[in-house]
Amino acid sequence: MDDPSKKSGFAPRKNVRSVLLVALALVLLAVLPQLAELFDQPAMVSLATRIVILAIAAASLNLALGYCGLVSFGHAAWYGIGGYVVGILYKHYVSGDPLFGLPLGTDQMLITLPVAILVSGLFAAVFGALSLRTSGVQFIMITLAFAQMIFFFFVALKAYGGDDGLIVRRRNILPLIDARDGATFYWVCLFIAIAWFALLRRIVGSRFGAVLAGVRQSERRMAAIGVSTYRYKLAVFVISGMGAGLAGALMANHARFVSPDMLHWTQSGEFMIMVILGGAGTLLGPAAGAAVLILLETQLAAFTEHWQVILGPLLVLMILFTRGGLSGLLKLLRGGSNG
Amino acid sequence: MSLLMEQALNGVQLGVTLFLLAAGLTLIFGIMGVINLAHGSLYMIGAYAMAAVAAGTGSFLLAFPAGLAAAGIAGVLMEYLVVRRLYARDHLDQVLATFGLILFFNQLTTILFGRQPLFVQIPDFLNGSVMIGGIVRYPVYRLAIIAVGLATAIGLYLLIARTRLGMLIRAGATNREMVRALGVDIRLLYTVLFGVGAMLAGLAGVMAGPILSVQVGMGEQVLILTFVVVVIGGVGSVRGAFIGALAVGMVDTMLRAYLPGLLRQLMAGPDADALAAGLSAMGVYMLMAIVLLVKPQGLAPAHG
Amino acid sequence: MKLKNSISAAALAFFVAGPALAQQPLKIGMVTTLSGPGGYLGQDVRDAFNLAIELEGGKLGGAPVQLLVEDDALKPGQAKEIAERFMKTERIKLLTGIIFSNVAGATVPDILDNGGIYVSPNAGPSNFAGKECHKNYFVVSWQNDTLHESAGQNATNLGYKKAMVLAPNYQAGKDSIAGFKRFFKGEVVGEIYTRLDQTDFAAEMAQIRAAKPDVVFQFHPGGLGIAFMRQYAQAGLLAEVPMVVAAPSLDSVILKAIGDAALGVNISSHWNSDFDNASSKKFVAEFQKKYNRMPTYYASQGYDTALAIAAALKATGGKVDNADAFSAAMRKADFQSVRGSFKFGPNQHPVHDWYSLKVEKGADGQLGIVTKGKVLEAHGDFYAKDCKI
Repeated sequence: MDDPSKKSGFAPRKNVRSVLLVALALVLLAVLPQLAELFDQPAMVSLATRIVILAIAAASLNLALGYCGLVSFGHAAWYGIGGYVVGILYKHYVSGDPLFGLPLGTDQMLITLPVAILVSGLFAAVFGALSLRTSGVQFIMITLAFAQMIFFFFVALKAYGGDDGLIVRRRNILPLIDARDGATFYWVCLFIAIAWFALLRRIVGSRFGAVLAGVRQSERRMAAIGVSTYRYKLAVFVISGMGAGLAGALMANHARFVSPDMLHWTQSGEFMIMVILGGAGTLLGPAAGAAVLILLETQLAAFTEHWQVILGPLLVLMILFTRGGLSGLLKLLRGGSNG
Repeated sequence: MSLLMEQALNGVQLGVTLFLLAAGLTLIFGIMGVINLAHGSLYMIGAYAMAAVAAGTGSFLLAFPAGLAAAGIAGVLMEYLVVRRLYARDHLDQVLATFGLILFFNQLTTILFGRQPLFVQIPDFLNGSVMIGGIVRYPVYRLAIIAVGLATAIGLYLLIARTRLGMLIRAGATNREMVRALGVDIRLLYTVLFGVGAMLAGLAGVMAGPILSVQVGMGEQVLILTFVVVVIGGVGSVRGAFIGALAVGMVDTMLRAYLPGLLRQLMAGPDADALAAGLSAMGVYMLMAIVLLVKPQGLAPAHG
Repeated sequence: MKLKNSISAAALAFFVAGPALAQQPLKIGMVTTLSGPGGYLGQDVRDAFNLAIELEGGKLGGAPVQLLVEDDALKPGQAKEIAERFMKTERIKLLTGIIFSNVAGATVPDILDNGGIYVSPNAGPSNFAGKECHKNYFVVSWQNDTLHESAGQNATNLGYKKAMVLAPNYQAGKDSIAGFKRFFKGEVVGEIYTRLDQTDFAAEMAQIRAAKPDVVFQFHPGGLGIAFMRQYAQAGLLAEVPMVVAAPSLDSVILKAIGDAALGVNISSHWNSDFDNASSKKFVAEFQKKYNRMPTYYASQGYDTALAIAAALKATGGKVDNADAFSAAMRKADFQSVRGSFKFGPNQHPVHDWYSLKVEKGADGQLGIVTKGKVLEAHGDFYAKDCKI
């Protein structure tokens, strides 16, 4: 039961129903802008874009957390760094000031996104190398503390707005298509998200993924059979950080704004909630988790200003009584075994 | 010279405050294997209960135990209703459930007490400042914090080293399963211990009430620093928490106090001030990184 | 579900004869911060705005209005989302309410780019006051820097020669020190940058004592300020070194939380609850009657914002469809501000007077903030000269 590919929503071939469900969901997602227009809910596209972007971040965290058992409480840092890469490049593009003595500013999405992925991967590598010297609860605490340190670094970074953040007045551009149009940008994000999920599926299904699952179950056993677990853990941490950076870069484009807020520890907490809510160690769970959490937050916030007093206990109940988040809840409702 | 001594006292005072928080957190983790993010909420509950009773009755002597009791009761309830069900779960579930508790407690406090910070009066007998050794003038209240913190440290040491409860704590920290197998009423022990940890957090909140701002979210402000202390000291080790807390308190205070002056020797005033502020903010995290590089288990790990 | 936050203006409009009978209430969107430690700021702005609507019988400037309020939780992303929903789904053109500069920085450009009008009841960041000013962007409160400029002028007026300045190491903190220095004529003997997550200021107190300045200027928002003031008094510094602060460091809510430790502190502000003009007196009395608490100066800004909008709506016949016409009417600022004199400068930020206040014990032994005199007259801001509208 611990073979992650069997737990994923994309159960290969065996389950035609879930393949059909995923296909249906994809079609619905693809025509969402039209639906929004049809039902006269223009703000829905923007909300959906946000969910798709956060789904990328949550799925990336899930790679480290769900598949490899690395409970990182600092993924907001990589997410924020990805966002800041877009913000800083844009700022230099507009002002024309050199960056590191070179004319590096740009507003081309084809450049900013890869750079964001690389830079956040680099940071994740440095801090991951340090953090991974610990494990268990120390790892949780140390990733949290490092992320908080990076948070305060950006708060104090006056050249790039400090606490006030950076405005990306106009969204990055793509060749041929107009990414500044809301619906088009949504499709771009959706496309990237699908590609990213497909990549994650490949990773999880590969030999590398099998090692990750082994590390999650028993690191000692893996070490005993001669696997250098540290290198695998670092690799997965870096990939996971890159995904978060990608999400951050997209979010900077979507919100047209970056601020240290993106790196705050509560943001890390929200990513974890998305993963758990949807079911850790499942491929599509985090996407569902992101959707549910964001919808819940916006609906509750519109309902009462004290929405957290409802959301908090809901979370606790969810964790206490459904193992495996939403998928666990579904199983529970269907009367199947729990866990 | 007197300035250096005053700053050293400041470091110790910050250290013992952090110790009160870290001791509870690390104790709960060491014995029960639960990581409790809502530990900061217990700190907040202690401060709020103390402020409310002090405002209602005007008596610090009533408010002090009230704060401890409120935090203790909240802790026991938290254990009984939620945390108890998390012992067998992995850290991830624990982190998230207690994250949910934070949201709940913060918003509940807002509903009960409003958004405004509360006022807390320093009791008259602790107001003012005294000369120490004819060199340093130091606020009485801060001396009281140091005294309470050190007394708690000694008390905890005696509790752990000399009592039956302490024996179970030590045994539990070494091998949880074995204690359970020997027929100790683990449930009761855990509830009691969680209450003790909560009261320690409440004590920190009560002591901090008059000098900090009693407001919603005050718990999360100190939570991260508490984590740093616990990691530096060694997770699960009360002795480590003490060492880690003093190290963090001292390093943090000394960097803030002397780094700007040192950097001013090297560069222009405003630049030095800005750089010093940035460096001292990261100083504690640097300390943590160095400790982990040298000793990944912390300075005084609980298990061997 | 938004009924809770809105004034049921439609019901009231029913009783009004003429075209108003058929008129839909004009929706105004308020994106504000209600949760977290900064929540009381948004609460006061919202309550005062609602008060102004209520006093006019569910209308502003004769037009029935409906106020939609949502909490941004001090998250810029969330605020943008709310603003977008307000503008697209609810078709609201007129927005207000943002408390914090970082939230405004993220949200305001969106509102303006989509053809909306924004009237700020609090935040006035410098980046929208100068070159980036906009004809549909109004600030009723103040430009951020002027708060601290008035504190600098206050320190100069009080005759202090050597000042020590402290603020957290972030943008607003650095701006506050820059603003103070711009108007302080004496010498700044030390600048200390604290941290946003700092709770203990003992090290800083020792440095202040060692430097022996004439006066301390400090800017610490919210809870940081409370902790700072308490520790300042406990260190025995209050008796030795007087303190000058800007309004956000010591509003009436913070004063209550600090207590005697604030006695004798000098404040500079654009409004105080003891102002002796008809508009202010009415506002304070009605606010106390309705909400049973003293209004903070944030509340006064919420009220002034509502009055300013009311004056413009009156001129346009309750219409905001034509943004240019509405802005032109706003610019006249034809309302009785609770501050006394008020007009908009060339960048549509206020030009108004600043006063020096002091924390004193009244005859009843209660602490209060008492107005002492004027610090600056008809003061605009530093960035207005860069604005071309």
